[in-house]
Amino acid sequence: MDLSLSTRTEGDRTVVTVGGEIDVYTAPKLREQLIDLVSSGNYHLVVDMESVDFLDSTGLGVLVGGLKRVRAHEGSLRLVCTQERILKIFRITGLTKVFPIHASVDEALKASD
Amino acid sequence: MPTVEVSFTALPAHVRTARLVALAVARRAGVDEQILDEVRLAVGEACSRAVNVHQSKSPESPVMMRLTDEQDRFTVEVVDCGPLEDAMGEPSLGQLDAEALASPDATSEPIPDLLPPGFGLAVISGLVEDVAVTSDVDGTHVRMTWPATDVMAPESR
Repeated sequence: MDLSLSTRTEGDRTVVTVGGEIDVYTAPKLREQLIDLVSSGNYHLVVDMESVDFLDSTGLGVLVGGLKRVRAHEGSLRLVCTQERILKIFRITGLTKVFPIHASVDEALKASD
Repeated sequence: MPTVEVSFTALPAHVRTARLVALAVARRAGVDEQILDEVRLAVGEACSRAVNVHQSKSPESPVMMRLTDEQDRFTVEVVDCGPLEDAMGEPSLGQLDAEALASPDATSEPIPDLLPPGFGLAVISGLVEDVAVTSDVDGTHVRMTWPATDVMAPESR
């Protein structure tokens, strides 16, 4: 299974829907997507990971990189994830303290700091 | 003797293949369905790390993964060619500051996407109870073991 990516705009936020496996092979595609979005002025990102089947530390690195990029523009990067197997790696690495993780895209779109 | 041995070119694209093979052998060995996700992630981390090590040290030599199903244990060993110092001094998860990792540091341009070296190993040690990382002059061995219920008769293996 490869990585699938699509983006849409919701008000001032951009929703990135990710599906498939984010690993050492596919993570560069996600990195490019996030870099493109930020360099074209999208600083408030919601990454919907509900269709992600696998996420490893390379993928985490790309998400952390994305977070750094949007923060450099006072933006935000929110994650949507309810899958236990994906949430586990965020918990193990302590990154649950770093990323706002929401139960639905709607919740992430309404959320503010 | 390992039940299944996989040797693959050190390319990121093959890490998924290694995960799938490990998952299939783990399932057959009787590893609980609930920990198969853990096996998949840990194997992926170990193989990604090995691929990265090979790409910088010895891109021509293959990464080795050995899967052993014996009695009530399922063992995965991933062997890379990284020298001793590579595995030494890698951070444990406790030393990683998640907040600091993600803080926007105006001075750190270009922004690195890679987490610190050793992060993959730290994930493995946070995930897998029975893990041993050893190093000798030839490389680093990451050995991970999970319980497996002995559902199949030995002769059916």
